[in-house]
Amino acid sequence: MAEAASVAAECLAGCRARGARSVLGQVVVPGEELLLPEQEDAEGPGGAGERPLSLNAGARSRVRVICGPGLRRCGDRLLVTKCGRLRHKEPGGGGGGVYWVDSQQKRYVPVKGDHVIGIVTAKSGDIFKVDVGGSEPASLSYLSFEGATKRNRPNVQVGDLIYGQFVVANKDMEPEMVCIDSCGRANGMGVIGQDGLLFKVTLGLIRKLLAPDCEIIQEVGKLYPLEIVFGMNGRIWVKAKTIQQTLILANILEACEHMTSDQRKQIFSRLAES
Amino acid sequence: MEEEMHTDAKIRAETGTGSSPRGPGCSLRHFACEQNLLSRPDGSASFLQGDTSVLAGVYGPSEVKVSKEIFNKATLEVILRPKIGLPGVAEKSRERLIRNTCEAVVLGTLHPRTSITVVLQVVSDAGSGAQLLACCLNAACMALVDAGVPMRALFCGVTCALDSDGTLVLDPTSKQEKEARAVLTFALDNVERKLLMSSTKGLFSDAELQQCLAVTQAASQHVFRFYRESLQRRYSKS
Repeated sequence: MAEAASVAAECLAGCRARGARSVLGQVVVPGEELLLPEQEDAEGPGGAGERPLSLNAGARSRVRVICGPGLRRCGDRLLVTKCGRLRHKEPGGGGGGVYWVDSQQKRYVPVKGDHVIGIVTAKSGDIFKVDVGGSEPASLSYLSFEGATKRNRPNVQVGDLIYGQFVVANKDMEPEMVCIDSCGRANGMGVIGQDGLLFKVTLGLIRKLLAPDCEIIQEVGKLYPLEIVFGMNGRIWVKAKTIQQTLILANILEACEHMTSDQRKQIFSRLAES
Repeated sequence: MEEEMHTDAKIRAETGTGSSPRGPGCSLRHFACEQNLLSRPDGSASFLQGDTSVLAGVYGPSEVKVSKEIFNKATLEVILRPKIGLPGVAEKSRERLIRNTCEAVVLGTLHPRTSITVVLQVVSDAGSGAQLLACCLNAACMALVDAGVPMRALFCGVTCALDSDGTLVLDPTSKQEKEARAVLTFALDNVERKLLMSSTKGLFSDAELQQCLAVTQAASQHVFRFYRESLQRRYSKS
């Protein structure tokens, strides 16, 4: 029984918080605690070792680090709440930058400022109820379209697709979306036209496709002329000249997640020939 | 303490990810896990432990009925379906134990007035009740991680049995469970191996309880290491 006790003591003592910088790019699991770089230096090897004498003792410069999705503040450390790869972005100006966890998810949670594709489910008085894939339908006022007035109502029916952005999206309130930007212009938002196909993918794939240097979209554009709308809630609307082309594009985009870039290039070259 | 060594066998799953490592010197039987195998739930996982296999699906955070909504946190529901027959009282009590464990770990305050539903289906069952509970806990945890539900820690379930002369057996087979004097199942978290839930059956002294707890805490590190490897494998494919 002594050996069981000693093994238990060993494993319990072994859970120490790791420095955030040392874990960048690796997979982190919920429950891990990460030390911010500033604390890492302070708690470095051998606390009683040599430390430079600071001239203005007590005025330690604090670096402001932003805690992104998947991380929560826990005292002065970061607690990981989702499983994924830890990422860091250096700040433009002062500050410590942003840390976040890149996780693969299917369910969308509304975030302010996100552009999403919604489906109008109900029209009650002056407000449309739009299903965005979250836990609650978002509300969209009829005045939030470009050029809409009380007399000049927008032509929106139940079942239409809407591309808009969230102005209110937090855990306590019902999400609200609008189809105009802060200057009052549509800027591409509003009712999405006739035909086309709407399909759902994971949130990680959307982020990958919307990255500035994504080759997939450029290759797809060379294949067929198409119209495409990406919603951050995992929905993509695509329209090409014929139904067959639309379906091919939808299948390619859905399969993109699991293919390597070589397999993708093969498929594109085969399609370009036919 | 009786040690049972089972042969090491690696299973490579074709779809999704699967892994089945076995720590040397660990008396837990062979286990395997596969994630993201169902297309409709937001998260899914299948956990195989010895002869018991459970499939879990998680839906959430999604809409909740007004009668069930809680104003400041998420409503967590667990549904456990047995392999054959209609769910009965035993399933209800296991559902409650699993729900209490999940509620302690899931950060429900981030999603008030929503519902998180965990559906567990027993796929194969060797007739052991306590082993089933541990397997359900493990499957529920992997499915919650797969769905991206925010959690403050991971949790795992480990079973042990005490037989009539006081020897402790970790991860008992159904035969050992029937002949045991006491069977104990513990749910532990991965931050400090703290106890989240315990379900016990039979006669034991408090010294024996402490001993079982220490042994299961040591065994849980193998399960958590397996979780970590399984998740790393999943993310290495992207």
